[in-house]
Amino acid sequence: MEMNQYLEVFIEESKEHLQACNEQLLELEKNPEDIKIVNEIFRSAHTLKGMSATMGYEDLANLTHQMENVLDAIRNQKIKVNAEILDVVFLAVDDLEAMVLSIAEGGDGKRDVSAAVSKLKLIEKGQSPIQFETKTETAAALAGPSPAMKSTYDEFEWTVIQQSKEQGFETYEITIALRGDCLLKAARVYMVFEVLEKIGEVIKSTPSVEQLEEEQFDQEFSVTIVTHEPKEDVEQKLLKVSEVEKAKVSSLLLEELRQHEQETETEAVSSSSEAETLLAENQPKHEKKAQAAKQTSNKTIRVNIERLDILMNLFEELVIDRGRLEQISRELNNQELHETVEHMSRISGDLQNIILNMRMVPIETVFNRFPRMVRQLARDLNKKINLEIIGADTELDRTVIDEIGDPLVHLIRNALDHGVETPEVRKANGKNEEGNVILKAYHSGNHVFIEIADDGSGINKEKVISKAIKKGIITEQTASVLSDKQAYDLIFASGFSTAEKISDVSGRGVGLDVVKNTIESLGGSVTIDSKVGQGSIFSIQLPLTLSIISVMLVEIEEEKYAIPLSSIIETAIIKKGDIMRAHNQKVIDFRGKVVPLLSLKDIFDIPSDQQESEFLSVVIVRKGDKMAGLVVDSFIGQQEVVLKSLGNYLTNVFAISGATILGDGQVALIADCNALIK
Amino acid sequence: MTEATAADLKLIVFQLKDKEYAIPVSQVRSIEKVEHITRVPGTAGFVKGVINLRGVVTPIISLRSRFNLEEAEYSDYTRVIIAALDDMEVGLIVDSANDVIDVHHESVEPPPEVVGAEEADFIKGVTKADKRLMILIDLEKVLNPVEQEILNGTAGM
Repeated sequence: MEMNQYLEVFIEESKEHLQACNEQLLELEKNPEDIKIVNEIFRSAHTLKGMSATMGYEDLANLTHQMENVLDAIRNQKIKVNAEILDVVFLAVDDLEAMVLSIAEGGDGKRDVSAAVSKLKLIEKGQSPIQFETKTETAAALAGPSPAMKSTYDEFEWTVIQQSKEQGFETYEITIALRGDCLLKAARVYMVFEVLEKIGEVIKSTPSVEQLEEEQFDQEFSVTIVTHEPKEDVEQKLLKVSEVEKAKVSSLLLEELRQHEQETETEAVSSSSEAETLLAENQPKHEKKAQAAKQTSNKTIRVNIERLDILMNLFEELVIDRGRLEQISRELNNQELHETVEHMSRISGDLQNIILNMRMVPIETVFNRFPRMVRQLARDLNKKINLEIIGADTELDRTVIDEIGDPLVHLIRNALDHGVETPEVRKANGKNEEGNVILKAYHSGNHVFIEIADDGSGINKEKVISKAIKKGIITEQTASVLSDKQAYDLIFASGFSTAEKISDVSGRGVGLDVVKNTIESLGGSVTIDSKVGQGSIFSIQLPLTLSIISVMLVEIEEEKYAIPLSSIIETAIIKKGDIMRAHNQKVIDFRGKVVPLLSLKDIFDIPSDQQESEFLSVVIVRKGDKMAGLVVDSFIGQQEVVLKSLGNYLTNVFAISGATILGDGQVALIADCNALIK
Repeated sequence: MTEATAADLKLIVFQLKDKEYAIPVSQVRSIEKVEHITRVPGTAGFVKGVINLRGVVTPIISLRSRFNLEEAEYSDYTRVIIAALDDMEVGLIVDSANDVIDVHHESVEPPPEVVGAEEADFIKGVTKADKRLMILIDLEKVLNPVEQEILNGTAGM
């Protein structure tokens, strides 16, 4: 029960480590020779193993342990990386993810991992050069945890090794394999130990001596000794013992030792859990150590987003008081007060930036799961696809990040399934066999743009239109006047799917309309650009944050209103004489377009006795392709404001999407342009 | 036993025109002075608008016009009682809020049928204390959302 408080941390960190594994594995696939990457993965897997063992998730620890063995073999260049191995490791990571997910959802994290485990064992044993000709298949088919091939050392053993090294002793790690038909394994082990004890000192054996004596091992075990004898002699002496098939002696290098030193702490956690009998009370201590080590490396803390919200609310109050103080100091005209208030204003301005930035998260957190997904999909679809990610460090508000993942998954799946052609088709069309999908994020103004571009077949307009007509989404009449963009937009209509055959990958066309809805509910928009034969670009425009928006403040009589900058095209001053009438509606000619004119004074029933002046200030706003001109009295200026709701009492107020608190503490209402334009 | 619970009814007393009204303390969050109210267009006439209550945008209604009494100028005594019902917080403008009193439950009587005044719909009962007659208002009815919606629809006159 005591573990519960660690559970959340465990889940979060496990997810992080798995993500790291995923990323590094993909990296490794590109650079199979890079041992540094393997080390990274190893570290992640290792920490994960330690954590899950401590938390008592046996299956998780088991599988990680096995994965670690393979990684270790790769790291020590006993196995060469290839696609098959990576597939299995990916499979193992998938299993791990599923288990962590099940734990996060309150499950027990149990899962049948024997398939992945035995595959990993196959790799580890079958291709490890230590024991090429042993009966690997039969050995590998055996279930249950196998001993770590690479010995790990606790602090004491490690000190012994270090000291003997200083005294000119050599440390050897010896892997001894007995013949498969050996009947008296314990006896052979005894003989081996006798030989070893004559020539040096045995400091460690894996499995433990007790286990070896009880024959609790397969055909192979490893021993670490310190001795003066040269490597070859040791090997020869061991091979003299009958039924010893193979004795591989390798010296424990200093570099390796250092590596072990780095890992000793975390290693201790896992090995203690393996030994099972070992003290449970020691484990939390070890875990803490491991965590402390980790935190110095990235220096972050976890903060509940609720706390950030509270911080922001408190800060807003501060801003309001700041406004008051400024006003008071102006009235009192006291130099000292004035200076202090000014200084405070500057500091609170910086504070505001920091608080807003704290809520910003790089979009990387969403993007980083895509390479893995694309790899898998490409394999499933038998396509060759290169995913390029640009601008993963682009930052977005946390609330937007949380929502944008699923739509992006959908669009990428769509690009892979319907966009990029099969290698054969691509070749036939004179394109590179490998298709490119570019995922790009960037800031522009107060928006973040995310583009998903593929160099596939593009969207066939005729096909889309004929399909839409068939599905009853549009009539033939409207079809004839559709622009390219309008035609492309049809694929976002509900109940639309252009794939000739329905595939598992991008579903049954229920997706894209959901994508559009989600994005629009976030205050964003999605557009498509496409050229037949050259590819398509899906472009998503999102507000930087949902809680803070940029507005243009306008004044009408005594009242101030805020108009979201995202819907403003521009502001203009027009002469009264330029207003025309069409169907009882005032319109103006704005850059060659007829734009209806709306008086906010009328819409918002603002009491007025003032005569309209000769010149009118107009804010041109848009909703999609439609535009309207809003007549106001004057423009105050652009400002960043915090979006607030009107509360539960006033719901559905026409053309008002919310309110905000201005610097002077007054409330200004935010006009909803989407409601104004029909 | 009845005494223990009965003595617990604490009321905030406020004034509208020449009558005294009361609302249970448990329904009151705070009492504020009238500050700048931002009018919200397209709402019922008694909705005066919204104020900034320590960072929270809070709607304000005038109890005078909610009870169909004639409006009055705000004075130094005018107060906004921030009342809460479920997850709604609404400010009620009253002429003044002067007292907190303790009454017994049994001293609350059903409203006399002869009152006949406009506010009868919003009355829960009447109570007497120190020879003063106080009208207990029914917050649920005052903030009735169904009626609110209807009023929203026909509002803006």
